[in-house]
Amino acid sequence: MSTTTQTPDAGGHFGPYGGRYVPETLMAPLEELERAFHEAQQDEGFRAELKDLLANFAGRPTPLYEAKRLSQTLGGARIFIKREDLLHTGAHKINNCLGQILLARRMGKQRIIAETGAGQHGVATATVCALFGLECVVYMGEEDMRRQRLNVFRMRMLGARVVSVTSGSRTLKDAVSEAMRDWVTNVSSTHYLLGSALGSHPYPMMVREFHRCTGDEARAQFLERIGRLPDTIFACVGGGSNAIGVFTAFIGDAGVKLVGVEAGGRSGQLGEHAARFSGGSPGVLQGAYSYLLQNEDGQVSLTHSVSAGLDYALVGPEHAWLHDQGRAEYVSATDTAALAAAKTLARTEGIIPALESAHAVAEALRRAPGAKDEVYLINLSGRGDKDTDIYRENFPELDKDDAE
Amino acid sequence: MPSSERIARCFEACKQAGRPALVAYLTAGDPHPDRTVELALALERGGADVLELGVPFSDPIADGPVIQHASDRALHAGTTVARVLEIAKEIRARSAMPIILFSYMNPLLRYGFDRLCTEARAAGVDGCLFTDLSVEEADSTVAAMKKHGLDTVFLAAPTSTERRLKLVAEYSTGFVYVVSRTGVTGEQATVAGGVHELVSQLKALTPLPVAVGFGISRREHVEAIGGYADGVVVGSAFMRVVEEHGASADLAAQLESFTRGLSGRP
Repeated sequence: MSTTTQTPDAGGHFGPYGGRYVPETLMAPLEELERAFHEAQQDEGFRAELKDLLANFAGRPTPLYEAKRLSQTLGGARIFIKREDLLHTGAHKINNCLGQILLARRMGKQRIIAETGAGQHGVATATVCALFGLECVVYMGEEDMRRQRLNVFRMRMLGARVVSVTSGSRTLKDAVSEAMRDWVTNVSSTHYLLGSALGSHPYPMMVREFHRCTGDEARAQFLERIGRLPDTIFACVGGGSNAIGVFTAFIGDAGVKLVGVEAGGRSGQLGEHAARFSGGSPGVLQGAYSYLLQNEDGQVSLTHSVSAGLDYALVGPEHAWLHDQGRAEYVSATDTAALAAAKTLARTEGIIPALESAHAVAEALRRAPGAKDEVYLINLSGRGDKDTDIYRENFPELDKDDAE
Repeated sequence: MPSSERIARCFEACKQAGRPALVAYLTAGDPHPDRTVELALALERGGADVLELGVPFSDPIADGPVIQHASDRALHAGTTVARVLEIAKEIRARSAMPIILFSYMNPLLRYGFDRLCTEARAAGVDGCLFTDLSVEEADSTVAAMKKHGLDTVFLAAPTSTERRLKLVAEYSTGFVYVVSRTGVTGEQATVAGGVHELVSQLKALTPLPVAVGFGISRREHVEAIGGYADGVVVGSAFMRVVEEHGASADLAAQLESFTRGLSGRP
């Protein structure tokens, strides 16, 4: 197998995927953003400021934690967990938001817009806007606002305006569309702080670069701690930002298996899941060409996942390329498996994961018993506080007063 | 006659008549695919010169609420790409008006782009305009359209740099569509400033006709823009008539009368 090139081509293509499928109005702003990003990357001052914020505001490096009780319980692989859930705001999303807010400031943008599914990206965006005193508008599907009320409140407390999106499935896909409509309308004053490795070039590349710290740290931590790399890395894949963040440092290490876990939802039927690789085919949505859940007439399919952050019809284009090259493997975990995995992790390690991350945990739990002498890494992208309501709904037995 | 000439001749005829071409957008299938032919002919009777036949899409990021809702209704009514092509064929059987297929890329990629071009040409379609297709991604699509004699209309925007305007002009045939303002489709009380300048910039780059769209909904807009552009594009204003009178038997008459008011033709 050839080594995957880590940089998309000049037009933002990962193999045939990615690119720029947007109205002409957005092309010049995308070019401007790409230029600003490249210039910033060369600027030592920018890099130093970001590094300082990541360390002293966000809390990097995050621990690489060995889950000994979990490993023992499963009786197979030795499992390590990259604790992105310990970052400020509770998820990996803050890495990208800090990077993009510094870029927005460099470009002189006064207004920030974002989309959010589970609310973790919305909270991280609202946080960095508060930190830099910029206006913040977050688009969120009505259904997701209902599911993730706590995060809606957090965004408002941080000073953001949360706009309820009532079109289509009222979830992440529709929030992205509304954010794009806002951007196309207010493009001179506004930066669209896109929250995953999705959309048009340069977003997938840029978001990857802002998240690659996760994998870079984990790689160094493994070498220092056990003198070798992990055998398999598990990460959940909605848009795919946490997964690409942890995968990137290991893509050149052919011996390290990369496993992306999508939302298997309620069933394998179209509309009941968000497993783009098993249920989708290449197509264009919201600025990029990648694997897409669509019907036979090219209309974008509705999706379902118990976790709002994975509930999206398109996958980030670099994942599509890693998939086609066979460099990463993509599987799915059902709602039920993710919920059960969350409980297992809570009971064995005292860590309540975000429902998104619980999908990665579920796949690791499934494989670990048969994997003696292997070393696993789970990228725990977020913590479960935001999902307390959903956990309560699904574990009613835990929500009763103890009788004895 | 190669279909690309139909668009060129239409713009030329309008120029001779001393008026801008009225390019009318209609979402195919709203309120029902069986009614689109009748509505297209009503637009023509009311003075529309060119028809932009919209393929409904589930996620129309460049459209405002009026066309979004029209797309939703059309999809609910069972409109498919195949049905849109049949509609085009039925219109062509009864009208010589140039027809441009207006779409987002995904439904057509799914249909098979080469198959789409073959069938569109056979149905009497003259050209295509894709809202979310940048010139950067357009080489294979443009090659397929040219092979089948379809005109390739691209959008120019107020944000387009000089370099990009050149690219848009280079990739376009038939005409160039100038977006009057940053934003999504929808009616506006006034037309944004700076459009005239953008049209002049383009005219210095290409001999193609230049049409202006987005936000145009009134006779005075048509008159003002007609002073410097070769065509005006109206969409949401028509679809609002369809939305308001969709359930009524005299929808076509309403649309015709509204079009006559816009075109100022007898």
